[in-house]
Amino acid sequence: MRVALFVSCVNDALYPRTGRAVVRLLERLGHEVVFEPGQTCCGQTHWTTGYHREAEALAARFAGLFGRYETVVTPSASCAATVRTVHPRLTGGAPPPVHELTEFLVDVLGVTDVGAYFPHRVAYHPTCHSLRACGLGDRPLRLLRAVRGLELADLPRAEECCGFGGAFALKNADTSVAMAADKVRHVRGTGADVLCAVDDSCLAHVGGMLSRLRSGVRAVHLAQILAATGSGDEER
Amino acid sequence: MAELPGWEELRRAGEALKDRALLDLDTMLERLEAEVVRAGGTVHWARDAAEAAGVVALLAREAGRDEVVELPSPVTREIGLAASLAAAGIAVHEAAGSPRERLLAAGTVVSGARFLVAETGTVVALEPEEEGRMCLVLPETLITVAGIEQVVPRLRDLGVLLQLLPRSSGERMSPHAAMWTGTRPGDGPREFHLVLLDNGRTAVLKDETGRAALRCIGCSACLDVCPVYERVGDRPYGDLPGPVGAILTPQLRGIEPAYEASLPFASTLCGACADVCPVRIDIPGILVHLRARVVESRRRRPVPTPELALMRAAARAMGDRRRYERALRRLHRWSGLLSGGRGVRGLPVLSGLAGRWTDARDLPVLPHRTFREWWRSRR
Repeated sequence: MRVALFVSCVNDALYPRTGRAVVRLLERLGHEVVFEPGQTCCGQTHWTTGYHREAEALAARFAGLFGRYETVVTPSASCAATVRTVHPRLTGGAPPPVHELTEFLVDVLGVTDVGAYFPHRVAYHPTCHSLRACGLGDRPLRLLRAVRGLELADLPRAEECCGFGGAFALKNADTSVAMAADKVRHVRGTGADVLCAVDDSCLAHVGGMLSRLRSGVRAVHLAQILAATGSGDEER
Repeated sequence: MAELPGWEELRRAGEALKDRALLDLDTMLERLEAEVVRAGGTVHWARDAAEAAGVVALLAREAGRDEVVELPSPVTREIGLAASLAAAGIAVHEAAGSPRERLLAAGTVVSGARFLVAETGTVVALEPEEEGRMCLVLPETLITVAGIEQVVPRLRDLGVLLQLLPRSSGERMSPHAAMWTGTRPGDGPREFHLVLLDNGRTAVLKDETGRAALRCIGCSACLDVCPVYERVGDRPYGDLPGPVGAILTPQLRGIEPAYEASLPFASTLCGACADVCPVRIDIPGILVHLRARVVESRRRRPVPTPELALMRAAARAMGDRRRYERALRRLHRWSGLLSGGRGVRGLPVLSGLAGRWTDARDLPVLPHRTFREWWRSRR
């Protein structure tokens, strides 16, 4: 299958390893990945912060670039949710067919065992957008359970927000950090050495605190785990 | 909730009947007034908090009293009843905690309400304490202050609402529900007054997206699940705390003042509140809508706010491939120079906006190449 990758601006600039992992994974599964070079941002931050005029222009631009692809895959649940639920209100048209990565794997390709090997104890944090806006359900967990060597830790209060919230992380930094502190406490309590999610922005927030605390727990996007094979480590 | 079959249907029914009441509010309120009067009560209309408190003070005086007992409720708090009456020389005793003798002797009681039934003129109150119920039947004069959005069309709608109300906070039913309709000779208060309060609600109705907030039936389920409220508590909010307060207070009071404007931003938009709201208020959606109203009101300022300038610049960069790629290169060059490639630990002390992040969280170590640079290199 020919798949257009929408990598997201955050991943393009800060976490290219997530984009590389998606490319490796999909190519390993026998699919052709194309990268639309004009892509930038879906406008999520502008939308959620209240800059709807700017978001409208970015949504229109997104539709112009991706409208001609049959299948678009993104490793960001919050961007997928933005395209699906917000773009139609901004452009007045049907949005391009964007699938969040785990939806694409489980629903479109019908695979849960992607042949990954990742011998670590992993805690999975279901981000709010993946859970409530995208409705990913247990797809990420089904994919993780099929990874060889991986031990899935049971994260208490997993469905509670990590406190990132885009601009909230700066505008209400103290509350944001208090929420991250509780998330970090729960993650550390599991004994996991890896925290995984399907949104790198939430991982930047919780992972930033895990790193500050020298916790020994690293934040890893689910795509990196699914892409990992031989050495048993994700590409960093 | 799990033990109740048809929870989703019940929520939809609650949503629909509240919407019907709000969209036909004028006829609903006229019907309510007619029924209250028919049952022997009197209806007073108050445009704002001061008018409502003034009506209550006047009624208390007419009854020849210089003290009243208040059953505190969100609406009596909203109009600042205790302070207004005290300023008018009328002593206010809160029902909770007052000695029983005082309650027994109370000539005038001021209460709130949960629902007002247009069809019958019935007032419904959910009083958690015995004292509260006692106060509703013993005084000579009962004054109920309620918001105009609390009206529901029919008595049978209570069958839906009274099931929705407690379930969302994990109870099976409210332990005490009191209902009264006007007055009745020889039983209960001799006089009943209903003060209907607008205080910004009509303005909220004009906003097609924002008005869904007026569906709120005050169950506090959104407070119970809100991770922000869990950590900050009541104090940062106005009269109405939590997620629903964050969407109602700025609409009722106006979104331009700094405090009101800040409320819609005090959320991560996690959506836990919308999941549990028994009348399906899309709280995150309304928060985003109000954020846009705040931003729009600020666009009119002669000098753009720093945030507006930043967001415009970002949108401009994102709007064109070449500008975007230039911005990426700049980001990498400058952060690389500042940190020596070691992320935030290599950075000098950050202040301002970035400092709010780095106070407790490391910044990610920037990669050597963006994704698109890597993509180009492998072709």
